[in-house]
Amino acid sequence: MSGSHDDHHELGFWRKYVFSTDHKVIGLQYGITALCFLFFGFCLVMLMRWQLAYPDMPIPIIGKWLGAGTTPEGAMLPEFYNSLGAMHGTIMVFLGVVPLAVGAFGNYVLPLQIGAPDMAFPRLNMASYWCFLPGGLIMLVSFFVPGGAANSGWTSYPPLANIATTGQTFWLVGMVFLITSSLLGAVNFIVTTLHMRAPGLTMFKLPFFVWAQLVTSFLLLLAFPPLEAAGVLQIMDRVAGTSFFLPSGLVVDGVPLDVAGGGSPLLWQHLFWFLAHPEVYVLILPAMGIVGEIVACNTRKPLFGYKTLVYSIIFLGFMSFVVWAHHMFLTGMGTAISTFFQTTTMIISIPSVIILSNLVISLWGGSIRFNVPMLFALGFLPMFGIGGLTGLPLGLTATDIPLHDTYYVIGHFHYVVAPGSLLALFAGVYFWYPKVTGRFMSERLGKIHFWGSIISMNGIFFSMLVQGMGGVSRRLADGGATYAYAEPVLYLNKVMSHSAWLLGIFQLFFIYNFFVSRKKGKEAVGNNPWQATTLDWQTPTPPPHGNFSEIPTVYHDPYEYSLPGRDDDYLPQNVEA
Amino acid sequence: MEIPYTVEANPDTGLNNPKLGVWLFLASEIMLFGALFSTYLLLRVNDPAWPKGEDYLSWPIAAFNTVVLITSSVTVILAWGNLQLKKPDKARIFLWITVALAFVFLFAKFYEYNLKFSHGYYPSTNNFLAIYFTLTGLHGLHVIGGIVVMGYFVGPGFKMATERPQQFTNRIEVVGLYWHFVDLVWIFLFPILYLL
Repeated sequence: MSGSHDDHHELGFWRKYVFSTDHKVIGLQYGITALCFLFFGFCLVMLMRWQLAYPDMPIPIIGKWLGAGTTPEGAMLPEFYNSLGAMHGTIMVFLGVVPLAVGAFGNYVLPLQIGAPDMAFPRLNMASYWCFLPGGLIMLVSFFVPGGAANSGWTSYPPLANIATTGQTFWLVGMVFLITSSLLGAVNFIVTTLHMRAPGLTMFKLPFFVWAQLVTSFLLLLAFPPLEAAGVLQIMDRVAGTSFFLPSGLVVDGVPLDVAGGGSPLLWQHLFWFLAHPEVYVLILPAMGIVGEIVACNTRKPLFGYKTLVYSIIFLGFMSFVVWAHHMFLTGMGTAISTFFQTTTMIISIPSVIILSNLVISLWGGSIRFNVPMLFALGFLPMFGIGGLTGLPLGLTATDIPLHDTYYVIGHFHYVVAPGSLLALFAGVYFWYPKVTGRFMSERLGKIHFWGSIISMNGIFFSMLVQGMGGVSRRLADGGATYAYAEPVLYLNKVMSHSAWLLGIFQLFFIYNFFVSRKKGKEAVGNNPWQATTLDWQTPTPPPHGNFSEIPTVYHDPYEYSLPGRDDDYLPQNVEA
Repeated sequence: MEIPYTVEANPDTGLNNPKLGVWLFLASEIMLFGALFSTYLLLRVNDPAWPKGEDYLSWPIAAFNTVVLITSSVTVILAWGNLQLKKPDKARIFLWITVALAFVFLFAKFYEYNLKFSHGYYPSTNNFLAIYFTLTGLHGLHVIGGIVVMGYFVGPGFKMATERPQQFTNRIEVVGLYWHFVDLVWIFLFPILYLL
């Protein structure tokens, strides 16, 4: 790639770091923004946990700063609790995990792993980030509009969301930006993966991470537009006075609503979940990809059943489009429809189990290196297992009906997303940090971060499962204090809250480690400090503009570790044996 | 640094990057309009008193607009064909005609909207008008998007036709695909809103 005319002139600060078209800079922009949003979203829930553990008591220290509109005399109003809940969900999913998993890791790692000089459309890539950021800022600004941020839950179910305060309109406009951003990203990832693989890198030589990103991109491409449509319809409802989601004869505060009526609140649920179920797989597939890379590298052996993994992830992608109504069993659907969705839901669990089993079996007989990325990846396996298994009762109507809308549901999906996806994403940060900066993150701080996080996460989410089976409903601003049947499990509210704050404290170790290791971390010797086989480790550290000094040719499968008869225990994909 | 397959086709897919990209984009657009068409169906089957299109809308304007859009789809093809024949000047004329026809469509649509408003028909009047304004409004935004892109190619972007003719031809082909899609959406909108 050297010698072409673009390399010669040095770019100015703005083009190099702000409006950059380099996939690595964009990946870092996404990553840092997403980590900030993740922390912010987590702060929101730490506030909520105070209200749940100590209902209506003044919040210590920061309570008086939050303003009389939300927390008069330091105690949280239920409306503010609702805002925090809705925005916690929105921020964690759309501004935290997805941009980190896809925007950051996908952007930074995918072109390196396939031996490409950049993404197929570098300028679209930049536009994608610059649609994402305004979307996020609109969400943040909405906290300051009259009535506060969106407060109808992250699912924004009408009719409630239709008649909610102005924050909801901001939420919808913000979502349109975020959807545009992920659409641009998805097109880019698919074209890049299909067109720009290095010579010799056939589809079945791709690292598992690239497959995960490819399937994820198809989900983003095809599942997000229906939500965009739904968002447009809800904007019309709120701004132009239409009644797409408003049924006839709706009465609010004793006054009949002055609208045409005849709409259908269920329509929103269908459009929303048509996005949001594939979205679950958008959250988990890149995480599985990251874990696959780390497990293969740190067990020093090929992933077990690579082709099965690939076929499973493709099948998972297809199936994720036909399970959405299992979120809606309580809407009074007929038995024929619910049987269909129960069946597809049971079927989709099969490829997930195959993937998880393959990753576990990959450990068998490996000489495992227990470094920090591997610890996080190993933590992912049982935690995602719990998340997946607790989902089965929710996929069958007989057990879903009593559990629906309880804390059990919250416990279930947090097991998938927090100790599941997030642990895997942390693993990815620890794993690729030396490639980006040339230095390792601190091993000791990383281990404190890992053990602290996994213990306190279980303290939170396992208690949720117990509370949910005790019948405590979600979205109650007092944590169930007014319900007599919640009494026996109410003490868990304090367990959960203290675990959540503890989890917050352990994240400080990560933040400190993240920033300080950049200058003070142990230096990573050579370009391939983990002795990995994939192409991302065969570039200079940090990879220069254009990534490779010469485009590599690929000869081998992605995980050629511990080949018999070789001196070193790994064979990079681009080394001719 | 050079991105491969920006101009020439990739041997695996037989497409270059922009063309594969625009097909993927159109796939997502189909999901967007598909969701809205589903909404239309659902609202319609749930409402026994769903009005006929002619109760509110006048089909002659829409029929005129259909002809305008189909003609513009032809002219954008002619522009592309002339670029392939290395006749950029002629291609430019056809591009200008395409943009002009897009404007004609928008003016007719604007006139139609105005007519509705003057009769007191608003999106809030009933669900038929609501979905009418939403679908045609979103389609109108797509027409505006096409005007912006083609306006750029026929104006400041046209110098590429002589500097990098192959890439410019590809660009017109790609925007042409998008424009056909916009046309196609209208061909569905016309019967379901005006005729049925």
